Amino acid sequence: MNDKVTLMKGNEALAVAAIRYGADGYFGYPITPQSEVLEKLEEEMPWETTGMVVLQAESEVAAINMVYAGASCGKTVLTSTSSPGFSLMQEGMSYMAASEVPALVINVMRGGPGLGTIHPSQADYFQAVKGGGHGDYRLITLAPASVQEMVDFVALGWDLAFKYRAVSMILADGVIGQMMEKVVLPEQRPRHTEEWIRENCPWAVNGRKGMRPKNIITSLELDDDKMEENNHRFQATYREIEKNEQRCELINTDDCDYLIVAFGSMARISQKAMELAAEEGIKVGIARPITLWPFPVDAIRKAAEGVKGILSVELSAGQLIEDIKLATDCNYPVDIFYRLGGNVPAPDEILNALKEKLVNKLG
Amino acid sequence: MKEEIVIAGFGGQGVLSMGKILAYSGLMEDKEVTWMPSYGPEQRGGTANVTVIVSDERISSPILNMYDTAVVLNQQSLDKFEKMVKPGGVLIYDSYGINTPPTRTDIKIYRIEATEATIEINNSKAFNMIVLGAYLKVKPVVTIENVLKGLKKTLPERHWHLIPMNEEALKKGATLINE
Repeated sequence: MNDKVTLMKGNEALAVAAIRYGADGYFGYPITPQSEVLEKLEEEMPWETTGMVVLQAESEVAAINMVYAGASCGKTVLTSTSSPGFSLMQEGMSYMAASEVPALVINVMRGGPGLGTIHPSQADYFQAVKGGGHGDYRLITLAPASVQEMVDFVALGWDLAFKYRAVSMILADGVIGQMMEKVVLPEQRPRHTEEWIRENCPWAVNGRKGMRPKNIITSLELDDDKMEENNHRFQATYREIEKNEQRCELINTDDCDYLIVAFGSMARISQKAMELAAEEGIKVGIARPITLWPFPVDAIRKAAEGVKGILSVELSAGQLIEDIKLATDCNYPVDIFYRLGGNVPAPDEILNALKEKLVNKLG
Repeated sequence: MKEEIVIAGFGGQGVLSMGKILAYSGLMEDKEVTWMPSYGPEQRGGTANVTVIVSDERISSPILNMYDTAVVLNQQSLDKFEKMVKPGGVLIYDSYGINTPPTRTDIKIYRIEATEATIEINNSKAFNMIVLGAYLKVKPVVTIENVLKGLKKTLPERHWHLIPMNEEALKKGATLINE
């Protein structure tokens, strides 16, 4: 057996990946189904090895503002939460976007609205990709479908956040957070030094030492013209991200009659439905958006070419489907199958929906 | 090889741990594995279940509606999962507290007396290992040797002295299966 392979829950993998990336600080507040992130960090005690700070804040509002502060200093910081906690963080998200600071925020979604249930959901899709806080901003949104991707996307999220001075978000759900799978962990990286931060984050507030003009991190700009200019700069960055960072996995899409579009846990379950469909001679392909924003428009368009119909499979009542329709300019019949409120469909439910909504209608 | 199994019972019976040990054993054999628990109030004494998949190939869905094997340890779980065993599949159930036994004829059914076996070996805590031993007798998807290795990986070192006792429980479990 490969010694580097281990078995881990998705939530635990997030915690270990953050330490291995060389994170400076985690600030969070426990909430099911992602409490294992904080638990694992406390078990690992990285403050004794890498010097990483792990702090249980008094609330999600405090946690996100601690992340805002750490990020303003050019530090590599993160928080994790689940849906109700993520709602509490929206003010901080908007402020961080306006201040152009890099940070990583993880939402392991549960069923809502309100306190809802503790079971899996994807109903925070709009909140993540259309902006949950106020103002025109976007989050780089990564959707892992395996425990390995929980690990990999921690690094990817931070790399992209620092590259674009933007907030990256990992949008997982209770299935991916709670399940255990094989995972290969990266090597431990050293934390960024003060010199690295001075060189790579010249905007950071980390002491002038008499060498440079003052850096100010703020989201407030009362001069309308300057605020408009800021907004144009944000938008220019978002266009760059849309151009460079779309990611999508295509499975069996070269020769399929029907296309399922699904992300995260729903893509995994849909894959089983695809296998069951193949046994019945129905040719199904899957397009799995990995970046939910930027939405992988090009890949979805390519995957859709020549299909008879598209099925959006989601744990929300018609959110992902909107982006599918926009991406394909409504050129194909698109229908939807979903479960709500913490319920997760089994593979045969998806197959039956595919038959009922597309195969039987379109032939 | 691909084995899709659900283990279900009361919270506290060691259902999730049994699944975890099975998953780790699969890892020891370089197989692909997923372990998907029910989580939440179940952990505090209601019904609990876990889906474990051990396979030679990449695993798609961690959530299933039909299983190769169901191991059920109380009446509610039997009622729920009997119908979710694939035709030709296996159902193993502990007889304790079962008022309505399974009735399907298109699957292989094994009734075991694991609760009584814990009394025989004077160790109520080894219940789940006895059940695992019985399961592996029917479906040797992993070797006992690798189960013990997997156990070593899941247990902190201070509990390693309990491994021989677990081995005994696994062997006891195997004796409960009458072909």
